[in-house]
Amino acid sequence: MNNKSLDPRIARLDLQHVENGIAPTNSHWVTYEVFHQDKRGKQPVHVGIVHAASPELALMFAKEQYARRKATANLWVVKSSEVYTYAPEDEDIFETTPEKTFREPGFYKVRDRIEAYKNKI
Amino acid sequence: MNNTALKELILKMADDALIIGHRNSEWTGIGPVLEEDIAFSSMSQDKIGHAWALYNILNEHFGEKDADTTAFNREEKLFTCCHLVEYPIGEYDFSLVRHFLMDKAEYHRYDMLTNSSFMPLQNLAKKVKGEIKYHVMHAETWIEKLANGNEESKARVQSALNYAYPLALSLFEKGTDEVALISDNIFAGEEALQKAWEADIKTCVEKYGLKMPENIDATKFMGGRKGFHTEFLAPLLKEMQEVFAIDPSAEW
Repeated sequence: MNNKSLDPRIARLDLQHVENGIAPTNSHWVTYEVFHQDKRGKQPVHVGIVHAASPELALMFAKEQYARRKATANLWVVKSSEVYTYAPEDEDIFETTPEKTFREPGFYKVRDRIEAYKNKI
Repeated sequence: MNNTALKELILKMADDALIIGHRNSEWTGIGPVLEEDIAFSSMSQDKIGHAWALYNILNEHFGEKDADTTAFNREEKLFTCCHLVEYPIGEYDFSLVRHFLMDKAEYHRYDMLTNSSFMPLQNLAKKVKGEIKYHVMHAETWIEKLANGNEESKARVQSALNYAYPLALSLFEKGTDEVALISDNIFAGEEALQKAWEADIKTCVEKYGLKMPENIDATKFMGGRKGFHTEFLAPLLKEMQEVFAIDPSAEW
């Protein structure tokens, strides 16, 4: 199989040894999740990923990928494989959450008093 | 204040920035990976920005032509860039090592200029300090990673260093009146700059487990500051000045 691709990520894959749809790679390039902080003290917000050969390089790339236009105080990078998540099929654990309106501040009686106060002023 | 020496300093800094900016932008679209492509292209844009700011200083304070005209309508022998910036991009190992050697020099040059008695240079130096700091961080991160990668990456970065180091000394070719710049407290001079740069490069190279190049003879790389260039500059200028040559009033 012709392994030449203009996309280096594809070019690095060993397409001759694909098993179960997964191509092995000897690349050290993995993905890092990038978090952007626009002001000191504010929480960093997840903005995307970069591919990099080390956390240090990931930071270098993140600067030009995610901080080239907006105001920036700092960036965080975390190796994607270090992030623990639920399995996609477990999404049903969140299914009834929107129904639990008693967890929303507007559910309580005090709401009427707030409205009354707002109308007064 | 010695205007000739000062103008010479600003022009060579501007020409270095313009030509390395153009050269490094040749990687746009063909960089080794997307993320690096974007980072390297952004840094090239920064260099063109530095050149633009410097040409504007020449325009505003010394009555030279506007930035576009100075950049795009000047013949080869009036350019005072050094040989280092003229060389083709080559393989990525050369481009990275050149970026490392060049931006380390830029860092020290602009750092020295933050104390310049010529305010426009002092202000510019303070403004671009952060940009150049990132350029240096980017270069250091790459060189350190490659030096500690595998046998092949280490060998390639070492041989690129051996090749590019003598060339890099062309950055420090002296101007016609260094003494005037030093005594007017405009700039501490190429000799002082080269000393700071060499010490810095040596520290990095040793830290990364690489070897400093030996038996260096940089004589044949000198002359750029006086308008004597490599064979690589003329084709670059022809390409860069093409649009301006067709329509000098074109806006883009």
